[in-house]
Amino acid sequence: MKRSICSALLLGAVALFLVVADSTVRSEVPKEDIYSPGVLKPTDSTLKVNVGDPLPDFTLPAVSGRQVSLSQFLGEKNLVISFVPAAWTPVCSDQWPGYNIAKEIFDRYDAILLGISVDNIPTLYAWTNHMGDLWFPVLSDFWPHGGFASKLGVLRSDGVTERAIFIVDKKGIIRYIDVHDINRRPSLGDIVSELKKLEP
Amino acid sequence: MKKRLGYLITSLLSLFLFHGYALAVNPLPQKGSLLPEIKLAVPRVPAHRTYLGISGAESFTIPDIKAKLVIIEIFSMYCPHCQREAPSVNELYRTIENSPDAQGRVKLIGIGAGNDAFEVDFFKNKYDIPFPLFTDEDYMIHEQLGKPNTPFFIAVKINDDGTHEVSYTQLGGFERAEGFLELILKESGLKEGKVR
Repeated sequence: MKRSICSALLLGAVALFLVVADSTVRSEVPKEDIYSPGVLKPTDSTLKVNVGDPLPDFTLPAVSGRQVSLSQFLGEKNLVISFVPAAWTPVCSDQWPGYNIAKEIFDRYDAILLGISVDNIPTLYAWTNHMGDLWFPVLSDFWPHGGFASKLGVLRSDGVTERAIFIVDKKGIIRYIDVHDINRRPSLGDIVSELKKLEP
Repeated sequence: MKKRLGYLITSLLSLFLFHGYALAVNPLPQKGSLLPEIKLAVPRVPAHRTYLGISGAESFTIPDIKAKLVIIEIFSMYCPHCQREAPSVNELYRTIENSPDAQGRVKLIGIGAGNDAFEVDFFKNKYDIPFPLFTDEDYMIHEQLGKPNTPFFIAVKINDDGTHEVSYTQLGGFERAEGFLELILKESGLKEGKVR
């Protein structure tokens, strides 16, 4: 009987999971192409860097075909790095399109936005094509899988990254870290508040 | 055998209970139905309070708006469709305000699903939106309204006796503001665009 109850509860949980997995607000990415992973553990990794640490160096391929490195921005631009867990998923598909209309905010604070996920370039290409012309580079941390995310400690146990924001100043020092609940979108307002703090 | 039957019954009961939960998810507003009671904060901008005919209290509901018809757009700053549609919705506002029949009687508001005050203000400034926008930071209103995709339009007819009903809903944008307003007025029983 105990086994029956456990099995029944498991079935019920699956049903609940499917209900909660319903996506919310539509993006330009076709809804029928969005895979809903359901409600996930809010965070699932341990940070390896702290505010005040230098950002580990990275060189990652961009969807545009370029290679993008930290050194390109040192002394030139503040960095806002937006890790999203996976292409073709609900919250991620509704995050970068918002940043895409806010270029003037990033310009105001002399900042460049870098979008990063562990998806490979072809996947990111197909997915971001649905978002229109993104003004910021989209980088692939696919191989070695999640290598940069792992250095920062935002690679989850299932191989996707956290939904995380890192703000790095022109000296390459990490000034803000938000490892956000993966199920929720970070507020643009919070990013702006932190960018304001970088002003001399 | 008894054990298996017990397992089957318990499993089905459990699924039924959870399915009941699923059914408890609010439905999308339907024509002729009442709009769920959604509470909005009284706007800080005096012109918006005047536009809506709202004063005093900290919050209000849709039927409190001084109008015969309220058009609600559920949008999100993060939704490219809503971004693309913003100029058309502004045009809808201007069409209403320039219509002798609709001006003062049809009011337009927007509710930002999952958008906080900063995000709503940013969207408002980005697209120079003249009508009042409200936040729904925690998706509470979005859930009350059956979690519609965006943009989603709901027209609510407010009767003289204070009762109200949903008179039209639409997922997605429209081609011409004039045509859309006329459609909504007809669907709301306000005939040929004339509000009586």
